[in-house]
Amino acid sequence: MSAQEQISVTSRTSEQARGQDVARLKWRHFKGRILSALGWFSILFGLGMLVVLIFDVINRATGIFSGGTNWLTWDFFNNFDSRFANRAGAKAAIVGTLYTISLTILFSFPLGVAAAIYLEEYARDNWFSRIVEINISNLAAVPSIIYGLLGLQVFARWLFLGRSILTGALTLALLVMPIIIVASRESIRAVPSSLRQASYALGATRWQTVWNVVLPQSIGGILTGSILAVSRAIGETAPLITIGALTFVPFLPRNILDIFTVLPIQIFNWTSRPQDDFRSLAAAGILVLLAILLTINALAIYLRNRYQKRY
Amino acid sequence: MTTHDLEYDNPNAIEAHNMSVYYGSFRAVKDVSLAIEKNRITALIGPSGCGKSTVLRSFNRMNDLVPSARVEGQVLFHGENIYAPGVDPVNVRRRIGMVFQKPNPFPKSIYENVIYGPRINGWKLSRREMDELVERSLRGAALWDEVKDKLNQNGLSLSGGQQQRLCIARALAVEPEVILMDEPCSALDPISTLKIEELMFELRQHYTIIIVTHNMQQASRASDYTAFFLMDSDRTGQLVEYGSTSQIFQNPKDERTEQYISGQFG
Ligand SMILES: Nc1ncnc2c1ncn2[C@@H]1O[C@H](COP(=O)(O)OP(=O)(O)OP(=O)(O)O)[C@@H](O)[C@H]1O
Ligand SMILES: [Mg+2]
Repeated sequence: MSAQEQISVTSRTSEQARGQDVARLKWRHFKGRILSALGWFSILFGLGMLVVLIFDVINRATGIFSGGTNWLTWDFFNNFDSRFANRAGAKAAIVGTLYTISLTILFSFPLGVAAAIYLEEYARDNWFSRIVEINISNLAAVPSIIYGLLGLQVFARWLFLGRSILTGALTLALLVMPIIIVASRESIRAVPSSLRQASYALGATRWQTVWNVVLPQSIGGILTGSILAVSRAIGETAPLITIGALTFVPFLPRNILDIFTVLPIQIFNWTSRPQDDFRSLAAAGILVLLAILLTINALAIYLRNRYQKRY
Repeated sequence: MTTHDLEYDNPNAIEAHNMSVYYGSFRAVKDVSLAIEKNRITALIGPSGCGKSTVLRSFNRMNDLVPSARVEGQVLFHGENIYAPGVDPVNVRRRIGMVFQKPNPFPKSIYENVIYGPRINGWKLSRREMDELVERSLRGAALWDEVKDKLNQNGLSLSGGQQQRLCIARALAVEPEVILMDEPCSALDPISTLKIEELMFELRQHYTIIIVTHNMQQASRASDYTAFFLMDSDRTGQLVEYGSTSQIFQNPKDERTEQYISGQFG
C-alpha cells in the first residue's frame, strides 16, 4: 500500500505530469470564468426586469413619471371597491389581508415550530418518522390550488366555516406549515450537539434543553424561515379564489367568520375589468402589497440580526 | 488496592460490574468491572477507539442520548444500579457531572453559564445566594480572578483554557459528587493544561474525578489510579489492567500495559 503511494507520488512530480497539471489548471480557471460570467448575466437580467417592472407599476399607480393621475391617495386606502374607478379603494382588501395573515401566522407558526421540534429532538428514527418526514418535504412542493380545494372541502363545507376569513387563514396555514417545518428543522439541526450534551450533563430534561439551549440558538433561523413562508402566503391568490374569497366586499369584516377579500384577489379582479383606470388601481394595489411584503421581510432581517447578536 | 476492602462506609463512588456497552449490534466494550474510589483521581487510558469515552459516558447515562447504545451489566452509584428500571437518568447526571473534550460553554454570559445547572434543577435561590454560588464555582474552577469583572460577558469570548475552566465551574455549580472528564485538556495549551491538572488536585478533596486522557505524562502525574483499556480482534474494548498509578506505570503486571506505556503501540 505505502509502496504504491510512493510510486504515484514520484510520477506526479515528473516533468510530463507537471505539464499536464498546468494545462488542466488553465482549463479549470477558464471554466470558473465562464461560470462567473454566466452568473453576472443572470443577475443583471433578473435585476433589470425587476427594475423595469417596478418603475412601470409605480408610474401607473402614481403617474409620477408620465404626469398622469395619482391613484395612490387617501381615498384608495379609505374606500371600498366600487364599479366606478374614481370611487374604488382597497380598504376591505387591505384589512382582509392583514386579518388573514395574522391568523395564518397564529395557526401555522406554533404548530410548525412544535412539529419541527418534535421531529428533530424527540422522534426516534423509525419508519414512521421517516414517512412523516418525506411527506412534509413533498407537501412543501404541492401546488397551492390543491390546498384551496382541500380548504374548500374540509373547512368551508365539512366544518361549516363557509367562505370566511377563518377558512382562508386555515387554508393558508396548511399551505405554509410544511415550509415552516422544513426551515425550522434546518435551523434546529444547526445547533451544535455539544451544547445539548452540556445541558443534559447538568441534569436538564429534554424539554429544558430544547427550551433553554436549542430554541434560543435556532430562533433567528426559525423566524426568518417562517416569515419568508408567510410572505409567500400573502401573495397567494389561487387557494383563496378556490375557497371563494369574494372580490366585491363593501364592508369591513366584523369577525373572523365574515366573508372577506384580500389584496391579490382585488388586484386580480381590477386587472380583468375593461376600463384602463382599473389597471392603474391595480398598480396601486400592487404597491401596497409590495410595501406589506417588504415590511415583513425587513422584520425578518431585523429579527435575525437581533438574535444573532444576542447568541 | 482498596477496591475489595469491605468497610462499613463504602469507599467507592462508582462500581461497574461486568459492564458491556453496545452500539446497535456492535459491542464496543466488554465485561468491564472496576471500582472507582471516592475523592481520588482515576485515569482511563488506552489507544483510540478502545472505548474509554464509552465507559465514561456509561457512568452518567450520557449514552442514553445515543439511540443505538445499550448497556448491560451494572453500574453502582451509592450501591444502587443506575441502570435499574425506574432510575431517572436526569437525576443521575445531576449527581455525576461531565466535562467534555472540546470546551462547550453556552453562548450566554459567564454568569448565566454557571447558574444554568442550578436554575434548571429548580433550586430556589435569592439573588445573593446565586451570586455566591457563581463566585464559589468560579473560584473552585480557578477562574474567578480572571473573570470577576466581566461576569456579563459572553462565555465564548474567553480563551480556550478559560472556556474549559468555565465548563468545569458550570459542572461544579450543581454540586455533583463525581466529575467525569473526557480528555479535558486535549484542546488546550501546556499552561492551561497544567492549570487544569492543579485544579483537579484541588477538586479531589471534595469530588471524585474520572479522567480520560491520551497523555501518558498527564495520567502518571495527575492521577491516583489508572485503568488501561485495549481492544481485541473484534475491536471490542476490554479492561486490561487497573491499579494505582504508580504500580501501573512503574510495575505493570500485564505485558501489553508495559508496551503501551512505553509507547510501543497505540
Ligand atoms: N455514537 C456511536 N455510535 C456508534 N458507535 C460508536 C459511537 N460512539 C463510539 N462508537 C464506537 O465505539 C468504539 C469506542 O469508541 P469510544 O469513543 O468510546 O473510543 P475512545 O476510547 O474514547 O477513543 P478516542 O481515544 O479516540 O476518543 C469505537 O469503535 C467507536 O467507533
Ligand atoms: Mg474518546
